[in-house]
Amino acid sequence: MIALALVGHSGALLHALREMVAQAAPAVAVAIAGGTAAGQLGTSSPGIHEALRAALRASDGEGVVVLFDLGSAALALEMALEELPDVDRALIAVSDGPLVEGAVRAAVEAAGGAPLAQVCAVADGERATAKLPPDWPDRPGGRAVAR
Amino acid sequence: VTDDVLVRWLRLAGAAVADARERLTGLDAAIGDGDHGINLDRGFRELLRRLDEGLLGSGPPAAVLEGAGRALIGTVGGASGALYGRGFQRAGAALLAPRGGPAGAPDERSREERAVVAFGAAVDAIAALGHATIGEKTMLDALVPARAAFEAAVGSGATLGAAARRAAEAAEAGAQGTIPLVATKGRASYLGERSIGHLDPGAVSSALLLRALADAATGA
Repeated sequence: MIALALVGHSGALLHALREMVAQAAPAVAVAIAGGTAAGQLGTSSPGIHEALRAALRASDGEGVVVLFDLGSAALALEMALEELPDVDRALIAVSDGPLVEGAVRAAVEAAGGAPLAQVCAVADGERATAKLPPDWPDRPGGRAVAR
Repeated sequence: VTDDVLVRWLRLAGAAVADARERLTGLDAAIGDGDHGINLDRGFRELLRRLDEGLLGSGPPAAVLEGAGRALIGTVGGASGALYGRGFQRAGAALLAPRGGPAGAPDERSREERAVVAFGAAVDAIAALGHATIGEKTMLDALVPARAAFEAAVGSGATLGAAARRAAEAAEAGAQGTIPLVATKGRASYLGERSIGHLDPGAVSSALLLRALADAATGA
C-alpha cells in the first residue's frame, strides 16, 4: 500500500494531522517530519530524509506520496530527496496539493489500493477543489476558487 | 582559501552572526517569519561547537567546507540554513573537482584562484536550490555582485584579503539595493508590494559573512 510522508514546520501540527489521517484511513502508514531537530519551528532536511526512508519501508516498496507546507519546506524536501539513491527516489511522488486536505484525500485513495501516480493525482487535485458550497453567501473580494 | 583563513573565517562569521542576531531577526520579522537571526545563530553556534571540539576544522579545506555545510543544514531549520549549507558543501566539492592535467598532479592554482572556484560554486548552488536569480530580494542580490567583484579583483591580481574586501563591499551595496525590490521568493513574497522599503535579511546576512571573510583573510 502507498504510504504518506508529511513535511512541515511544526511537529505538533503534523502529529495532529496524522491523527486526522488515521481516522479516515487507519491502514495507511504516515511518516512525519515537522520542526527542527531541536524541536523548534522550522524544517530539517536530515529529518525529512529519515521520514522518507521510514515511509518507503512501510510501503514495502510500493511508493510514497509527500505533502508539505510553506516556505523552506520545499527546499529542505528537495535536499532530502537528493540524498536518496535513484531507485528510492523513483518511488516518491511529491504532491503540490494543500497539506491537510491533500493528506486526508491521498490516504483514503491509498487505502483503496490505488497506485502511486493516482494517489498523488488526487492529492494534487485538492488544490482546485472548492471547499465552500456553491450557495455560500457572497463574501468581500469574491471566492478564491472558480467553480 | 587556506586552512587557517577558512577556520578563522568560520569563527569570525559565527561571532558576527551572534552579534547581528537581533538585527537579522528584526529585519525578518518585518517581511518574513522573524527567525533569520535566531536560526542562523543556532547553526553557527553548532558549527563553532564542532570546531571547538575538534570535530571540524582539521582536514583539508574541502572537508572543512563540507562539514561546515552539514552543521548548518542539520541545525538552522530555515531556508537560509539549507541554502548556506549547500553553498558551503558545493564550494568544498568544487575544490576537489577535476581540473585537467594528469591525475594526482599537485594543485598549482593559487589560493585566490581556488577561492574563485569555490565562491562561484557556492553562489551557483544557492541559486539552483533556491530556484532564484538576482533582483528577487534574496541573498543572491548580495552574493551575485560580490562574486563578480571577487573574480574581477582576483583577475587583476588582488590578494585574497583585498578581493574579499571588494566582495564584501559589493555585497553590502547589493543588500542595500534590496530595499526598493518586491520580494517574489520565500515567505516575504506573501507581502507582495508591502515588502518594498525593507532590507532583505538574507542579503544582509550574506554581506555579513563576506565581511567576516575579508576580516579573516586580512587578519583583522
